[in-house]
Amino acid sequence: MKILAIDSSGLVASVALLEDDNVVAEYSVNFKKTHSQTLVPMLDEIKKMVGLDLSTVDAIAVAKGPGSFTGLRIGSATAKGLGLALEKPLIPVGTVDALSYNAWDYPGLVCPIMDARREQVYTGIYRFDKGAWEVIKEQCAISVADLLEILNEMEGPVLFLGDGCPVYAEQIREGIRIPCEFAPPHMSRQRAASLGVLAMELYRRGISESADEHRPEYLRKSQAEREKQSREASDAKE
Amino acid sequence: MMQDLLILGIESSCDETAAAVVKGGRTVLSNVISSQIDIHTLYGGVVPEIASRKHTERINQVIRQALQEADVTLSDIDAIAVTYGPGLVGALLVGVAEAKALSFATGIDLIGVHHIEGHISANYIEHTELEPPFMSLVVSGGHTHLVNVPAYGEYEILGRTRDDAAGEAFDKVARAIGLGYPGGPKIDLAAREGNPDAIAFPRAHVDASAYDFSFSGLKSAVLNYLNGCEMKGETISVPDVAASFQKAVVDVLVTNSMMACEEHSCKKFALAGGVASNSALRHAMEEACRERGIDFYVPSPVFCTDNAAMIAVAGYYEYQKGIRSDLTLNAVPNLPLGER
Repeated sequence: MKILAIDSSGLVASVALLEDDNVVAEYSVNFKKTHSQTLVPMLDEIKKMVGLDLSTVDAIAVAKGPGSFTGLRIGSATAKGLGLALEKPLIPVGTVDALSYNAWDYPGLVCPIMDARREQVYTGIYRFDKGAWEVIKEQCAISVADLLEILNEMEGPVLFLGDGCPVYAEQIREGIRIPCEFAPPHMSRQRAASLGVLAMELYRRGISESADEHRPEYLRKSQAEREKQSREASDAKE
Repeated sequence: MMQDLLILGIESSCDETAAAVVKGGRTVLSNVISSQIDIHTLYGGVVPEIASRKHTERINQVIRQALQEADVTLSDIDAIAVTYGPGLVGALLVGVAEAKALSFATGIDLIGVHHIEGHISANYIEHTELEPPFMSLVVSGGHTHLVNVPAYGEYEILGRTRDDAAGEAFDKVARAIGLGYPGGPKIDLAAREGNPDAIAFPRAHVDASAYDFSFSGLKSAVLNYLNGCEMKGETISVPDVAASFQKAVVDVLVTNSMMACEEHSCKKFALAGGVASNSALRHAMEEACRERGIDFYVPSPVFCTDNAAMIAVAGYYEYQKGIRSDLTLNAVPNLPLGER
């Protein structure tokens, strides 16, 4: 089983090639250059480096969301193009779910937080029980205050990771009532290898979709839709 | 054989997701357009985020359909031409990322195409005798460009709008007189029942540059007229306002175009872009050309609207010149015409 994994949901662009229990190559860049320019050349670099014959790839794993709307679409359109050309299925993987895999087997709760702006984070709560991945709270967009309220009802310790950490560390330290720690940098950003490993697991459970039907899961409507809904809601009240 | 070259065109710069297969630069084997107009109509105009989301949902099916209708597979394709600007950046990115992935996965050559170049090239599809040099006017919701085309793939911009694009003015005026979105076709229809000389709206010419356009003054004049009528308690005639406004736009477009043809001794003129579907503009331009002995060209409406056949045609001529794009190709929302 050979998987190409792609994550461009945040500031990091990351691609990886996995074969069964082996991460053959991983290329991550946490730099300002736009994913549109970097993502496919990074795939090309891996292809050349390991002499990959693309026709031997069995599936394309892609970060399905949440994340930057534009970033998700660049990854999504790239994966869809690959799926169309190679006639291979896509394995959609939740961005927050994949982040939790960075901290595989952490003895406690794993809580990735991505800065979602508008005073919210994209987050979820996970636990590893002897290596088995357990989703306690599915990925969602909520405020840090609400997240802390949920966590404070649980048994710690909790490990925070993700690009929301530097933004909300202070608020978290002030509000958290259970033991907590923050992951070091190599675990704290999207990594296509983590996404690919989780994708292997999901694929074994029968999760995949056609490249045609794949679409990102933004967990949020567009601003125009939100405004239209609130206008209609206030019209309905009057 | 160059005349047998198969180009797959991909277009996603605004609110149409489109793919097409064109043979030898002139023969359209398929031309699939998935329009999002219904959803954007709910918002009174194109919402960029929604457009980008819809492109992502539809793009594979549109490409697959284009290949099927042309009765070819990806392995038959010689080059992929994709619009990389100008347009809505989020929308452009979907087509560009998709095209790059296809090119990467198959090894097929990639060519980034300018959207306006595509519109101009739409004229090659049905007018097989048309070759440069010629003069062209591209009018759409986002663009108003008067362009001299001395050779394939070469463009000299003589004039452009200083403010609103012609199609934008149509949308704004249509909204003001209650016709709604999209303004172009609705004004065109309403104007057929109206008197184009009923109201004297201004013909704006830009002093500094004879070929440039300005439509915001005209739009304001219409709004002022509407306000004036309301203050005086007069009811307006929607057909008369539509017809008079349309005539004012058409007059300026025709005047500048004919001036450009005369001063460049150009005997061929090609109209292009979404607003080229406007019946008043087509007729007036055709008439003006006939009076001057200029050959007039305009694509059928299906090739005037945003489509991928025109992108494939433009890509074919870029390909002939040896132009190729690499995998770093990016969307460029303000891409100037004639530059790479």
